[in-house]
Amino acid sequence: MKSLIKNAAGRKIFMAVTGQLMVLFIIIHVIGNSTIYFGVLNSYADHLHAVPFLLWVFRLVMLTVFLIHVLFGILLTLDNCSARPGSYAVRAYRQSTFASRNMIWTGLLICLFLFYHLLHFTFQIIRPEVSAGVNSDAMGRPDVFNMLVMNFQHFSVTLIYILAIVALVLHLSHGIQSSFQTLGLNNERTLPVITKGGSIVAYVLFFGYIAIPVMIFIGILHG
Amino acid sequence: MNLTLFVWRQKGPEDTGRLERYEAGDISTGMSFLEMLDVVNDKLIKNGEEPIAFDHDCREGICGTCSQVINGVPHGPEGKTTVCQLHMRNFSDGDTIYIEPLKSKAFPVISDLIVDRSALDRIIQAGGYISVHTGGVPDANTILVAKHDADTAMDAAECIGCGACVAACPNGSAMLFLAARVSHLAMLPQGRVEAKRRVRSMISAMSKEGFGNCSNHYECHAVCPKGIKLSFIAKLNREFIKAFGYVAEKDSAARPADVSIAD
Repeated sequence: MKSLIKNAAGRKIFMAVTGQLMVLFIIIHVIGNSTIYFGVLNSYADHLHAVPFLLWVFRLVMLTVFLIHVLFGILLTLDNCSARPGSYAVRAYRQSTFASRNMIWTGLLICLFLFYHLLHFTFQIIRPEVSAGVNSDAMGRPDVFNMLVMNFQHFSVTLIYILAIVALVLHLSHGIQSSFQTLGLNNERTLPVITKGGSIVAYVLFFGYIAIPVMIFIGILHG
Repeated sequence: MNLTLFVWRQKGPEDTGRLERYEAGDISTGMSFLEMLDVVNDKLIKNGEEPIAFDHDCREGICGTCSQVINGVPHGPEGKTTVCQLHMRNFSDGDTIYIEPLKSKAFPVISDLIVDRSALDRIIQAGGYISVHTGGVPDANTILVAKHDADTAMDAAECIGCGACVAACPNGSAMLFLAARVSHLAMLPQGRVEAKRRVRSMISAMSKEGFGNCSNHYECHAVCPKGIKLSFIAKLNREFIKAFGYVAEKDSAARPADVSIAD
């Protein structure tokens, strides 16, 4: 285990595994979000909070996964910066993408957004007057649906979410396929498929996540 | 044809270096890039100026000595080609060409376009070999190797160690070089014996030499004059995962150097 933490290749394995766990999380998250289209969002949210102990165990696991990803991401990036002193007067990239070269920056944006998002919808410290914690629906459950509608009617809130989702899709368009290569789950035949598949998953998630704020903002979804 | 060159000039490792402008006149399209530089150097020598220092040896595209970054691409614009095999027909009359050395912390500049690539040799010394007990020549076909494995090992062995992958990598990583070496030996039964020790020692050596880490940009493959495949990097990663739990101290076959180099 020591070698995995100290060794650059080992740290990358941590990056890949934690990254894939978080991708799984956001896939489940977007499926959960889609309960809004069937009018059962409040019920879904209520069920998620049914066993507080399990909820907190899950949150702590995700926090650990997140911190490992961030810590090793920063350490590896610092290594990489010091390995390349000075740039070329002329630089032509042939295969790398804007997304692949800016993982640390899209990662930083996602990190900042995550704090905002948790304070906003999970701990409901931002805009508490419309939070689900203080407003109940007709069945006495926290009114998550109303909280979303009241928030995403504001251009500034919707814009923050859209920008964060753009950062997320850029991060994943490189990250998903990259994690497979790092774990060695690739060969000559599967590499192009996984590269394309990773981008497709990223773009599907983009539309999945962006749909709710946009539909509320333009008034398709309303209270 | 006539060209304008901006060439990196650096007197020695301590010098900061700068781009200087040269005019290359009467260049034939049939010349190789190095022959074009020979013409420029002839003129510089006639004028009593210091010629541009650049590495070259076989000029046949197989030794990996010539290495320049041409307009931001190691080995220039033509794919799967070394600088010596890059011909001037790939450029047009009036072009401006920027020529820089391979840039990486692990490759200190010796002079102008010549860099010290012995860091790659030290990675090989860390494990890129098979220990052989010399004695009688073994009979042919005593160890059978499947055709597919032999072919794959040969594909990996094509690496000429030119360092273009490092120069192209935004992270200055030598991962494609390492992948080729590790995969080549890992594909063969003779190489499997020391596979765990090899991958651990070589990866440690890469970090110690100051190379960066692979983040799968794949610039390396795009500039590799031998087209070393990206699947070898995945293979290297698999070999590293397979070596999980390997402890050099407990390996009776490990040399003292392996124990000191593995973390």
